[in-house]
Formats: sequence, C-alpha cells, structure tokens
Amino acid sequence: MFPFAFEWVPEATRYVFMGSLYAVLISLIIILHYCAIRAFLDMICKKDDHNSHH
Amino acid sequence: MDSASAPFDSALFPEGVKRCKFKWFLFWLAVLHGPLMVGVIAMLMCWGLALHVTYLNNNYPFGLWIAADLGIIALGAGAFFTGFLRYIVNIEELKNIVNYAVVIGVVCYAAAQGILGVDIGQPLRGWFIFWHANVHSMLTEVAFCITCYFMVLCIEYFPLILENRQINKLRFFHGMAHHLHGAMPTIAAVGVFLSFFHQGSLGGVPGVLYGRPFAYREGFLVWPWTFFLFILSAIACGPCFTILVTWITEKCAGKRLVKRNVIDILAKISGRLLVLYLVLKTLDTVYWVAIAGKAGAPLSSFYANQPFGYWVLITELGILGVIPAIILLNAKARQNENILIIACILNCTGIFMNRWIMTVQALAVPVMSFDKFISYRPNWVEYASTLMFVWLGAVVIMLSYRYLPIFPQEKELNPS
Repeated sequence: MFPFAFEWVPEATRYVFMGSLYAVLISLIIILHYCAIRAFLDMICKKDDHNSHH
Repeated sequence: MDSASAPFDSALFPEGVKRCKFKWFLFWLAVLHGPLMVGVIAMLMCWGLALHVTYLNNNYPFGLWIAADLGIIALGAGAFFTGFLRYIVNIEELKNIVNYAVVIGVVCYAAAQGILGVDIGQPLRGWFIFWHANVHSMLTEVAFCITCYFMVLCIEYFPLILENRQINKLRFFHGMAHHLHGAMPTIAAVGVFLSFFHQGSLGGVPGVLYGRPFAYREGFLVWPWTFFLFILSAIACGPCFTILVTWITEKCAGKRLVKRNVIDILAKISGRLLVLYLVLKTLDTVYWVAIAGKAGAPLSSFYANQPFGYWVLITELGILGVIPAIILLNAKARQNENILIIACILNCTGIFMNRWIMTVQALAVPVMSFDKFISYRPNWVEYASTLMFVWLGAVVIMLSYRYLPIFPQEKELNPS
C-alpha cells in the first residue's frame, strides 16, 4: 500500500513496515540496474577485464 | 571424454567436468515427476475443493504445512548464514560452498512460499497481505521479509545462471555476472537483515500468544525470547543442512565436490552455535516451567495428552540436540563422514521437531476447563502437497548441478 492510497492510516508502525519494504525493494532494483548499466557500458566500450575467478 | 562419447548437451556443462548421459538425466527427471504429479493433484484438490480435503480444523489451523514451512525456512538459513560468513566475516574457504548454499536456499524458500500458496487456499488473494497489511502482526513482517529475501536469493542465483558456459559467451551477460559478483557483499548484507527478522518473527508468532501458556514467553522490548531462539536454532542447523545436501549430491554424482576442510568449517561453526542454542533453550525451558507453574499451568499439563508426552521434550533437546552438538564439537567425530552425516540428520530433524512443537503442539494443548484434547494426523493430501516441493527442489538441484558452475573445486578434486 502506498501513502497516497485512501486506505492508508498515518501511524508510526505502518511507516516503519511499509518504509522498510520499499527501502529493500528500491535497494534491490538499484543494485540490479547498476550492474546492468555497468555491463552494458563495458559491452559498448569493449572493455573485458572480468576474467578473474569469482 | 572424447566428443563421440560425450552427452549431446555437453556444450552446456561447466568447463572441464563430467556429467552422466543425457538419457539417464531424463530418466531420473521422469522418476521425480511421478510423485511430483501426485503433489500437483493434491494441490489442485486444495484449491478446487477447499481445505476440507485436509485434516486441518479449528483445533489445528496450523498443521503439517506450517510446521514444514517453518522447518524448511530454518533449513534454508544455511544460505544467508554461509553468505554472511563468506562476504561479511570474510571466511575465504567458504567461497567453495556458498554457491550451493544459495541454490539450496532458493529451493527452500521457493518451497516455503509454495506451501503457503497451498495453505492459504486462495492464492489469488495472496497479495492482500502486502496491500492490506496488518502492521501489528509478526506474520506480516514474516511475509514481507520472506518475499524480499526470496528476491535476494534469486539475485544471488542469477549470476550462476549467467555463468553457464554458453550464456557467459555473450559479453553483456558475462559483464552482468561479474558486476553482480562485485555487488554480492551488499546483497548478502540485505539478505542477513531480512533473514534475521523473518527467522526471529517466526519464533515471535507463538511467543506472543499470551492465551497459550505452552508457547507464551516474556522477552526483550516487543520480541519474546522465542524470537532469538528461532534465529539461533536456524543458524545452528542451516549449515548442517547444506552439508547434508552436499553429501547427498556427492553420493548421487559418485564423486567428491567439496574439500573436507570446507565442510569441517561449517560443521564446527554449526556445533558451537548448537551448543549456545541448547544452553539458552534449556534456560528458557526452566524459566518457562517455573513461570507457567506459578500461573497454574504445571509442566505435567503440557505433556498429559498423547502423543505429545514427555518424550517430546527429551527427544527434542536430548537425542536431537545434545547428541549432534557433541559430535559437531568433536574434531575426530567430524572427520568421520558417516558420524558427521548422522549429526547433521539429527540436527535437521531436531529443528523440524522444534517447529512442530511450537506450532502444532502449542495450539493443541487445551487451555480452558471445557476444552478437550483432539489429536491430529495429516492426511495424504497434506503429505503429497508438502513433499511435492521436495521433488521440485530435487529437479532444480539436478538442473543446477548439470549446467551451472556451482562447485569451484569439482575440477580439481576429479581430474579427468
């Protein structure tokens, strides 16, 4: 539920719960996008220094 | 292996390893699909005919599904805890098993969510818990954290797929896998945060039931002691489950996949945590017996109804707790593979028993003078739909083992 939904009740626990949920989701989306953009830039720049063993 | 005798899908195998013939692979997949289909039928019965096809009732709203769910989640803790030890504590040797721990974690958490999908009866309304969240419920926290942690596990599993020999030839996927590996400490930290709270909150659910003296515990701030005991028990048994599944995989593959020193590190850590858990659990039990007795609920009242006699307490803490702890703490015993595996089996069984007690037995003990004890035994629908996810997990593990580079030491341990 988003804070602008009409069912939203402005109470501390709701901000903590939903805030934590969205913080985690946003973090994961940022990490995925960061990796994808870096990989794309490496690809178009033909940069390949990824041969180290993970 | 020369190209003529190599399986026709050998181009997809990790570099320098051998796998069985494709026809044998298909044969074992087909074998697993038999019981899997029985589970699918049971699941469709639950969804189509409603939950009265099970033996769940108002006395036992938490039955086999919830106990199995909590048990599987505890076993899956090996993924987050191994990730924590590898990426945050920085134990270098664990890089050789962390990939497999992730695969096992994905399987466990997918199973846990699948079982919940059957249990809620109407999975199309599963999203209600996110939109109409009851923010005062520990179960909401569990639902949020399990869902998010499953996403984290999928992200940790993703680079393994990208490192498939053929997929990795594509520059974009190669780079993506590399950068995801670079981001893994951050992802592991998010996973640790989420796992800490959902493992704990699963313990918090029985711990806050103040109308159920068998389960209720005092605690620290809003968290009952069971919150912390569940976290500790999960991280004590998760590595043992990783060892157990690795051993089963080695037996099926007919070769060693991970070096002994890596297994030994996990077993030693697991043993120490299990001892700490047993000490705290014993203190908790003694304190709970004293408090409940003063409140008019003597210990005998909790164990008066068969099959939940005193043997439950002795088995959980003694046979399935103390014995594996002694084995796991003893370096000589750990070196003996058979004894180590027995300890892992006992430890993992103990966690299932603990979850069964805290969910099923806790609600079964009568608390009102007019209450009567009613026994519960799951029926075939519950068993089949639960075991379905075990077979499904085996299929995922078979596919991962065949096509993905999950064991970095395999080539070294099995030179061709």
